[in-house]
Amino acid sequence: MPLVDIAGVEKRFGKNVVLCGIDLAIEAGEVVAIIGRSGSGKSTLLRCINGLERYDGGSITVAGALVDARSAHIGDLRQTVGMVFQSFNLFPHLTVGRNVTLAPRVVKRIDAATAETTARERLAQVGLAEKYDSYPETLSGGQQQRVAIARALAMSPQVLLCDEITSALDPELVGEVLVVLAGLAAGGMTMILVTHEMRFAREVCNRLVFMHQGKIHESGPPERLFTAPETPELQSFLRSVS
Amino acid sequence: MISFTLWDIVRNLLLAARWTVALSAIAFAGGSIVGALVMLARVSPNAVLRGVSIAYIEVVQGTPLLMQLFLCFFGLALFGIDVSPLVAASIALTIYASGFLGEIWRGCVQAIGRGQWEASTSLGLSYVDQMRYVIVPQAARIAVAPTTGFLVQIIKGTALASIIGFVELTKAGTIINNATFEPFLVYGFVALFYFALCYPISLLSASLERRLDAAR
Repeated sequence: MPLVDIAGVEKRFGKNVVLCGIDLAIEAGEVVAIIGRSGSGKSTLLRCINGLERYDGGSITVAGALVDARSAHIGDLRQTVGMVFQSFNLFPHLTVGRNVTLAPRVVKRIDAATAETTARERLAQVGLAEKYDSYPETLSGGQQQRVAIARALAMSPQVLLCDEITSALDPELVGEVLVVLAGLAAGGMTMILVTHEMRFAREVCNRLVFMHQGKIHESGPPERLFTAPETPELQSFLRSVS
Repeated sequence: MISFTLWDIVRNLLLAARWTVALSAIAFAGGSIVGALVMLARVSPNAVLRGVSIAYIEVVQGTPLLMQLFLCFFGLALFGIDVSPLVAASIALTIYASGFLGEIWRGCVQAIGRGQWEASTSLGLSYVDQMRYVIVPQAARIAVAPTTGFLVQIIKGTALASIIGFVELTKAGTIINNATFEPFLVYGFVALFYFALCYPISLLSASLERRLDAAR
């Protein structure tokens, strides 16, 4: 059974159809990159997976549990799905350490000492162990995004969703975040990334999903899609980003 | 005929000013508690709570404080509840302050970006925990300056309590003037005392605002 199972998902904003009939099954340990033009529905799809966005038809299950944003148990599900955002969204009034320990302590009710140990491990994993007591505003964008990744990892999620997490970074800071992601992928973390980093998608991801007008237009191993795109839409998209 | 020295006037006004301070403190404390509830209802995901809160704010902000005082003082008496001027003024000013503070604080809460909600939602925090750990601590920082500023409005608002017979600074001024027939002198001092109470708070508000800007 796939870890994330998306079946016939539809989503409309008013009369505007954003997702129409998305089917996508992702096994544990897979790293999937979703690419496509802006407005193709890729971010919306990602946000449906942890219930930040409701969907109007079909179903999404994560580890066998149905994602239903209206359910009282959606909070339990969100603990198993980590999410990292384009704009970091760190809590500016809390130190890096408190950013990472907040959810484990408040949501999982883990004691302070254990939460701190885990937080320090996660921060070390993203190369920021020494920033435990710093405030987010004192960090560079790349460092902030790595803290955001550590914050998501501290909840021990089964799958990590990354929504264009390098798009807001200065070009020279993108690399350090991608290195962290590559490390996670090598460690067996299941990840779904909406990304514009084509080289990263090609080198690190197991599967590439090309979305176009709310549908999965083409998907498969990155190598094949990059070297031999079948549809003219993907061909023209790849030309425009390369 | 008894003659009044300047010190008699000042001393009596100062004694009465204690009640202005006390009434302001009661109104501010009561208004803060009720205002917090009004704010929470106003930003609640529940449409009924939001609606009730909006109606409350509109009514409070859309009617004169004087009418609210009259309604509390004479209105409650109609229901057989005998209220003293202090109690009536406390209730009316609490309602008045809560209507404004609730709306000021709503603005502060809504100034916190959507990203903060989304990040905390994604971490599995409940609505109450999001408010407590993420949203309110940030909103409180923004709220300090306008809240302090509104305190000045409350202090000046207490003057209206004189009309229902509560002896605070303004009422004391009226009483003293009735005895001395020196309105310019007496009300001059009354105004001076209000200014002495309000000006430091205005300064504090402005300095808090500057400090907050600098912290950005």
